[in-house]
Amino acid sequence: MKQQKTVILSALKAAFPHTIPIMASFLFLGMTYGIYMNVSGFSFVYPMIMSVVIFGGSLEFVAVQMLLSTFAPLQTLIMSILIQARHLFYGLAMLDKYKNTGAKKPFLIFGLCDESFSINCSVDIPNGIDKGWFMLWVTWLNQLYWFTGSTLGGLLGSFINFNTEGLEFVMTAMFVAIFVDRWKKEHHHYTSLIGVIISAVCLVIFGAESFMLPTMACILCVLTVFRKPIEKSLEGSGDEK
Amino acid sequence: MTLVQQIITIAMCAVGTMLTRFLPFLVFSSKKPIPKYVDYLGRALAGTVFGMLIVYCLKDVNVLQGSHGLPELIAIIVVIALHLWQRKMLLSVAGGTVCYMLLVQLVF
Repeated sequence: MKQQKTVILSALKAAFPHTIPIMASFLFLGMTYGIYMNVSGFSFVYPMIMSVVIFGGSLEFVAVQMLLSTFAPLQTLIMSILIQARHLFYGLAMLDKYKNTGAKKPFLIFGLCDESFSINCSVDIPNGIDKGWFMLWVTWLNQLYWFTGSTLGGLLGSFINFNTEGLEFVMTAMFVAIFVDRWKKEHHHYTSLIGVIISAVCLVIFGAESFMLPTMACILCVLTVFRKPIEKSLEGSGDEK
Repeated sequence: MTLVQQIITIAMCAVGTMLTRFLPFLVFSSKKPIPKYVDYLGRALAGTVFGMLIVYCLKDVNVLQGSHGLPELIAIIVVIALHLWQRKMLLSVAGGTVCYMLLVQLVF
């Protein structure tokens, strides 16, 4: 029993530093979201519950608009799936890493947001640290930050006024840094380049509101058509299995 | 909207989200071996998704108007430079973010 406790605590200690950028981002963005709900006329209970059951930033902002317009459950469901479709890719990419995580698996999948995926997918977990607990702590800490931010924002509402303009860039900065990490590890840069180029081209063609689905479709097509050279390039890269 | 309608709306958002998160794991259960093609897709996507996420973060930047995306461009260069130099995640992220905040608050 005592040993189990040490395993859990050392995983927490190893996981926490990786989540610091996300703490900054989620407390800030969560507060913004909570304030937005507050000034839209909702009690703090709404952002508090939604931060837990939905746990997906962009959709939660859209959901405020949905709650304010007429009741359309089917449309809401379809919108949610479209906005969150990129999670399908995270699941595919994590099939292997989340294998054999036992009872932790549903929690890992439930909290598989952009940020938890980024860390669990890219961090090399140190030897001697329990991988399952490490990934679960990353997931839970991130959920805790988002929950805390959203609830605080909903409680304090428009009373808070601080100049944090530009803090949202913390997420972009983290993805860029992870991108550089991966780039340095790769022998060939096919997959990294495919991601940037296809997304950018689709953004120009389809616009900010509707470019994600075409992007995902094009990425799948390119990965399938050029499977042979890409698969070969992955074998050479350092961190791929 | 009545309270019940609100609850249904929120539930629909949650169901939609969880569908996208759980679907790959439900389709490819860990009891059966993952098909080779799906295993390949998973490994290839792990590299592809980060480029996609960067573009997703920058989707609302307008290069034709306002600051023309210059603060974003400069801050991204700072992140890349810091990361190539020290390769410390927190330093790169903090440096880039502070740089961006100064740029949008004071310069642009």
